[in-house]
This record gives sequence, structure tokens and C-alpha cells, in this order.
Amino acid sequence: MLTDLTIAGALAGLAARDFSATELTTAHLDAIAALNPQLNAFITVTPELALAQAAAADEARAKGHAGPLAGIPIAIKDLFCTKDVRTTAASHILDHFIPPYDSTVTAQLRAAGAVTLGKANLDEFAMGSSNMSSAYGPVENPWHRQGQATRLVPGGSSGGSAAVVAARLALGATGTDTGGSIRQPASFTGTVGMKPTYGRCSRYGIIAFASSLDQAGPMARTVEDCALMLAAMAGFDPRDSTSAERPVPDFAAACRHSVKGMRIGIPTEYAAPGMPAAITDIWQRGQNWLREQGAEIVEVSLPHTKYGVPTYYIVATAECSSNLARYDGVRFGERVEGEDLIDLYERTRAAGFGAEVKRRILLGTYVLSAGYYDAYYLRAQQVRQLILRDFTEVFSKVDALLTPTAPSAAFAIGEMMDDPVTMYLNDIFTVPASLAGVPAMSVPAGLDHQGLPLGLQVIGKHFDESSVFAVAAALERAAGFTATPSLMAGAKP
Amino acid sequence: MSYMIEGKTGPWEIVVGLEVHAQVTSHSKLFSGAATDFGAGPNSQVSFIDAGFPGMLPVINEECVAQAVRTGLGLNAQINLVSRFDRKNYFYADLPTGYQISQYLHPIVGKGVIEVELEGGITKNIGVTRLHLEQDAGKSLHDQSPSKSFIDLNRAGVALMEIVSEPDIRSPEEAGAYLRKLRSILRYLGTCDGNMDEGSMRADVNVSVRKQGEEFRTRCEVKNVNSIRFVMHAVEAEAKRQIELYESGGTVQQETRLYDPARGETRSMRSKEDAHDYRYFPDPDLLPLVLDEAWVAGLKAKLPELPDDKCTRFVRDYKLPPYDAAVLVMEQATAAFYEQVASGRDAKLAANWVIGELFAALNRTGTNIETSPVSAAALGELLDLMADATINGKIAKEVFEAMVETGQSAAAIVESKGLRQVTDTGAIAAAIDQILAANQDKLAEYKSGKEKLFGFFVGQTMKAMAGKGNPALINKILIEKLA
Repeated sequence: MLTDLTIAGALAGLAARDFSATELTTAHLDAIAALNPQLNAFITVTPELALAQAAAADEARAKGHAGPLAGIPIAIKDLFCTKDVRTTAASHILDHFIPPYDSTVTAQLRAAGAVTLGKANLDEFAMGSSNMSSAYGPVENPWHRQGQATRLVPGGSSGGSAAVVAARLALGATGTDTGGSIRQPASFTGTVGMKPTYGRCSRYGIIAFASSLDQAGPMARTVEDCALMLAAMAGFDPRDSTSAERPVPDFAAACRHSVKGMRIGIPTEYAAPGMPAAITDIWQRGQNWLREQGAEIVEVSLPHTKYGVPTYYIVATAECSSNLARYDGVRFGERVEGEDLIDLYERTRAAGFGAEVKRRILLGTYVLSAGYYDAYYLRAQQVRQLILRDFTEVFSKVDALLTPTAPSAAFAIGEMMDDPVTMYLNDIFTVPASLAGVPAMSVPAGLDHQGLPLGLQVIGKHFDESSVFAVAAALERAAGFTATPSLMAGAKP
Repeated sequence: MSYMIEGKTGPWEIVVGLEVHAQVTSHSKLFSGAATDFGAGPNSQVSFIDAGFPGMLPVINEECVAQAVRTGLGLNAQINLVSRFDRKNYFYADLPTGYQISQYLHPIVGKGVIEVELEGGITKNIGVTRLHLEQDAGKSLHDQSPSKSFIDLNRAGVALMEIVSEPDIRSPEEAGAYLRKLRSILRYLGTCDGNMDEGSMRADVNVSVRKQGEEFRTRCEVKNVNSIRFVMHAVEAEAKRQIELYESGGTVQQETRLYDPARGETRSMRSKEDAHDYRYFPDPDLLPLVLDEAWVAGLKAKLPELPDDKCTRFVRDYKLPPYDAAVLVMEQATAAFYEQVASGRDAKLAANWVIGELFAALNRTGTNIETSPVSAAALGELLDLMADATINGKIAKEVFEAMVETGQSAAAIVESKGLRQVTDTGAIAAAIDQILAANQDKLAEYKSGKEKLFGFFVGQTMKAMAGKGNPALINKILIEKLA
């Protein structure tokens, strides 16, 4: 089936004229039509645009100047602004917002010839680890516990992107990762997700959650596919002052590098008490796989790991409280009229934002307030420096780190909703790399006892995505992960 | 003697510090490529960045940074090679992002000093605490509709330099002199046009009063005063208000006030309790601003000659009195005009003509040095006609008036009006003989010792010659005849 192809495989098939981009796109649009009503993974589907792009890709290929991703159907997380296509951030406050500009990442993907199928669902403003906070309703994970119909979350915030890729509704998808929003859903859905180094991809045109942490990245079904997508997404952008002026290496080539002789660190602090045995097992197996391929496994320490989640929730909420001030109903987005300006603000924001977004704005406003700034925000910045130093020191000894991606497999819709802190702890293994700005990737490594996918996380040095890809590809080869979700294009229900 | 306000309980000293917001002269805004021209149609110079659209990011405009550094250098101030931008968070309809990007803890320019000229040739140094870069907000228009406020975002994102003085100012005169001098420096540097009526320079005035020898007392901030005259009035009005308050047993509360020029008084805008909590924090969209020392040195090497240096040079090279030099250097264009007139001529005479006749003519005709009806070259030619004795000083003034009126050259006016000076000694002697003959009585008085009458004879002779006699020759011949 065309929908089962990898990006690399589809590119080969398109090049060999086995099928056209139009056929490939149509197959995915059909799959979306069949499954999206249940999965709710897309907020907006753009079939006309996708078919036009596919036709253009076919024409370009016929003329011999096809871009590196010409004809590859992908989904775009609805946090990336797309010119003339509604962009909501899964928030009612942007219900009808149609950006007059493209994000740099989506513009680059289009320039590479990618076909954009539509805008993927997410947690509202990317705030969440379950996709439950979307104003457009939760996304259903295409995976189910063996023999059970319980609907599971796909993780978040890039839950729509992850579900789309897992269910074969697209060959790949863009995600954004602030504290784990690419890696945790990848782990929950048996897909591959890469958060590059902070500064590798431009943030221009991506709706901001926490500016010092937000980073775009690819989600796909193989490590190599992520490499192919990232090559098109990455690069210096003069419109983002924090984007890095560095050359983009050949990530696909890095996937073929051997891990022989590499030193892989195992941070002891990631052995969280009470972690499910399945996760401990898969982590151990990962170490064995790398050792078998010639890597040296080294136990290391990242002593400030335990401060990661509280530090993250101070820094991220502080920045979001300021970043979301612009949604005031005055210039764009939804407005609820009021008696006066303050009333207009209050009504607009009360109606426009969901509970989780409001919670984080309140937290962030609090930690920046006079009298609390030093105790919270300033202290968090200091701890962030210590976390960064943990990584810098450990990377003088090892080439990459191996950890679990998340402390659990996908949980059910409605579970873990009582206490926000329980939910926040789902980010425990992903936030440290976000705070340090280093690249990190989740690869599916196996299934737990209920048949749910579990991911392993590879963390690398700043701007050394190449090593991360090499290690992730080695894990992928060894894991031989071929399991598929119960809900997917072409599967018998 | 220092300035004091006499209260019921004796003299009070006033203490003033000024925060000047100076709009940076630049083609585009501080963090976007939108234009900054004054007077453009509402919302015609707004980028998506300025309007705070989702996903838009600020990128620092290098020219604005260079302008701030030039200004810092012009204020003899410390240039901070590392500075940082912070977000100042508050909600208002003309603040699109909900925060203003400003430099709170780490400004681009540190301590500097401005020397101001006061009456009687006294100078005083006023300290500059800091200069930082920040964005301007948009403009709210409340008078366009009975039920709605309109927003114009053309100003939103325009670069401002906030220049903060030390509380070194002790009188309205010093406040005015500081602002005039600061404006002069900014204009010389080309970093701000200083047009207060267009809002490109505005001042927040911090005022407190105290008895001599006391520590500083509580201050009030008078916001957004938009002319030098109003600043001077506001200082005085606010100081008097505080003195009356203290002398009637009250205390001054720290607060923000507004100056009402129509009533000549300040009134409360918001008290300290209502003050915003701006929740400053470093803007995560911007990296720290790091300047290269060589780049700063390059800017310094290209700075124009500033008013203080020019004034010193005028005194030294043109032998001008310091007061005249200070007047001529206040505006760069005036100094350049003067230097063109003085070049190769009597520099003191040139200064007198520029400061006297020319300034009077500019005032009278409502023009300025750039639009002067008499060019520097034309004024120079007029001085040349005096130097070569074609006309005398008295006629020169008449010729100048005609130049202002007609725009003709001095030589043409002298020819057409027949104003050429008479240097024919025979004609002068004849005129003198006539005057002496007609004034026998005065002549007798003179000869009996009333030597003051010499001037009378000169005047009469000049009058008889319709002002065209050469004064030196008249004197010379008259002395001979009276001997």
C-alpha cells in the first residue's frame, strides 16, 4: 500500500515512476477521509491544496527538477503558520485565524516539494502531554491495549502529528517540542521524533509557547525519514535571532554511520523509582543493542535532573504568560466585545483560552511578579544553567546519552487528568534536554506487556544531530520494530 | 547664587532629573523593517512584527544600535559592549504584543556627562545615568468616534533612546539648558531630529524639593512633557505644589503626574499603589547584544565635531567671545553658515552680522538658517563690499534689508540704488565746508572746547551725503578743517 511506504521508499518509487505524487497524495487523502473522523488527528484538511501541490511535484519531476521531498505528503502541526490556510494552535482564540505568511519551516518544506495534507491537532498552544487540552477535542491514539477498546491518548503536544504518522495518514509530520512535545508522543505512538538543537530550525512563523525552549522537528516512521525531513526544515534564518548560522550536515548519511567506538552514557538519575518494569527492560535492551554494535556503554551522572520538571514549568510558564499577551481580541483572532478595554480583554481571553492555558498563564504571571521573581524565575534560570552544565560536563566524556523517552506507555483518555502535576511528570525524561537546548530523539524500541509501543531517547551534543541519528538508527536496526497500530490506513477494523 | 524658591518657611532647593525619550533617526523600526516616516497615513507603516501577529519575531536593526552608540559617544558616556533586551509586560490597546521590548538591567550606554551653558557665561556638568534602547508603542486616538478608540500602530516598534539624567538639575533654567544642549548634541550626531512638536523628543520630569543640606525627599514624575518651555514651567509648578504641601503640613506621595499647559499646573495620573507590575524578564526572542570594540571605535572615528569642540575652536581660531561662539554652534547648520561667511573675512564682523542682522531677519521672515532668504555666500559678498570700502556699515544694513526683500545680490542693489560710498575727498570736503558754514554757532562752541560736537559735524556731513560718505575720510578731513 502506498500509505505504508517510508519517505525514502516513496521517493524511490516516485523517482522510478512506479506511482505519481498525485496517486500517493490521493491514497493519503482517502485514508484521512476514512480514519480522521475517529482519530480527530487533523484540525484542518486541505485536499485541494494537497492535490495542487502533488500535481506541481509530478510536473517538476517530469521536467527533471524535483525538490528533495517532491511529492511527499506530510501533515503540519497546527502551530506552524501557513499562508492562506487557517492556523489555530488548537485554541478557540484563533478559531478563524488565517495567517498572511508562512513559517520558515513550512515554506522550506514546500520549497523542497513536500505536499501538505492539512493541519494536525495538538494541545492548545502546545501546552500539554496528552492532546487533551485541544479546543478541537482530543486526538485518539491509533494504538490500543491488546484486546481492549479503551481510547488512549497519543501524547502531546504534537499528538495529532504522531497519530497521523502512526495511522499512515501521512508519511511524516512536523512537530514542535518545548519540553518533550515531539518525543513523548512519538514514544506513545511507535513513531520516530527528533527535537533538534535549539536554533537548528527557525522559529519564525511558529506560534510561540516558550521562546527559549520551542524547537521544530520532524516526526516519521523511520530514523532516516526524520533525517530527510530535518534536512529540509533546518537552516539559518535571519528572521529568527536565535537561529544558528551553521551549515546543515547530511543527516541521512549520518544514519548510516556505525556506532562502533562511540561512548554512550547511561544517566543513573533517569532510573526513576517506580518506573514500570517494561521500561527498565527496554532501556536495558537498548544498551545491549548498542554494545553489540560496538559502542561502549558508560554510566554517567546528570545530578540536577530532578530539578528539570519544576525548572521547566517556571521558565516555560513565565515565557508563555508574556507570549500569549498578544491574544487580546484587538488586532486578530476572536473577540468578545466588552464594556471597556479591560472588559474586552477579560471576556475575550476568558472565552478564548482553555483551562490548561489559563493555568499556565497564571503560573507564569505569578513567577514573574514583583517579590516572587527572584525566588522563582531567577532561581529557575540559575538551575537551568546547572542542568546545562550537567550536559556539557557529561558530553566531555560520552558522545550521546541513552534514556527512556517517557515514564509510561500511552495512557487512556481521561486518565491522569485530576492532578496537573501528575501530567507534568510525564515530561520528566524529556525536559532536561529541552532546558539544555541539546538535540534528542525518540525511537520505538518495543512493546510493553499490553502491546503498547515504548520509545528510547537518544540525547546528543549541541548541533551534533548526526551522532543522535547514528545512534537512533543503530537502535532502530536492532529493535526491528515492525508492530503496527490497530487503527491504520488499510487495516481491517 | 543658586536658584531657590522662597516659601513661608524659608528657601527651598529643587531637585530635578530628566528622562528624555528621543526617537532614533532611522529608516526602519527597532525590530522590524517597517518605515518610520512622520505623518504617514494611519497604520500604513506596520509590519506583522509590529502588530504582534502570531509567530512573528523581532530582529534588531543594526542602524538603531549604531545610533545609540553614537549618542553614547557624543555624551562622553561608557559604551557597554554587552547589553540585553527585556520585556516590560502590560496590557494596552496600542501595545500589540502586550509587552514593550526595552533594556532594563543592562543598558547599551552607561554613565556620561553633558556640559550646559547657563546665564552669565557659567557652565555646569549634568550627569547622564544611562541611555537605553526601547520600542515605542502605538497611538490611541480617543477623539475619532464617540463610542470607540482608534489605534494607529505607525509608531509601534519605532526605536527610542531613553536618556536618563542624574538628579543634578537645580532650576528650571538648568532643565531648559540641559534639554537644549542634549537636543543640540543629538542633532549634530544625526541620531534624533529633536522635533518636540512632532513628538520625536519628549521628557519625563522627576521633581522633588528640599531644604538646603537635606537628603533627597520624595519625588514625583511628570510624564510626557513635549516642549522645553513646558518642562521649565512644569518644574516650577510641581516644585511649588510640593512646597505648599509640605508647608501646610502634608507630605508628598510618590506618583505619576501630568502637566496641563493651559492651567500651568500638574495633576495626579496614578499613585504608587496603582503602579504596574511590569514583570520584566529577558526577552527570549533576542540574544544578548554584543558589540565589537573595533566597530565602536569605527563609529567614534566618524563622529562629527560636536558643539563643545566647535565652540572651543571658534573661540580659539576666530577669536570670538565664548557667548557668541556658543550661540553660533547651537545648531550645526548655523555654525556651518557662519564658517562660510567668516572664511577669509573679518571673523568677528561676520559673527556680529550672523547673530545680529541675519537672526533678526530670520525671525522677522519666519524662516530658519536652512531656508534663509540670504545665503552665506551672499552675506559674504556684502561684507566684502564693506571691506573694500564700496559701502559703509550704515549703507550695508540698508543693502541687507533689500537683499532679504528681493533676493538680489549686494552688488546689484548697490549699483541699482546708487549706494556706492563717496571716497572723492573733494566732494567730502565740499560737503563739510557747507555744514560748517551753515552751523557757525556750533563751530564756535566747538572751538571754545565743546569737543563732543565733532560727532554732530560727522553726522550732519553723512546726512548731507545721503549716508554714502566714507566715514574714515569724513573724520580725517573734518579733523583737518577743525584744526
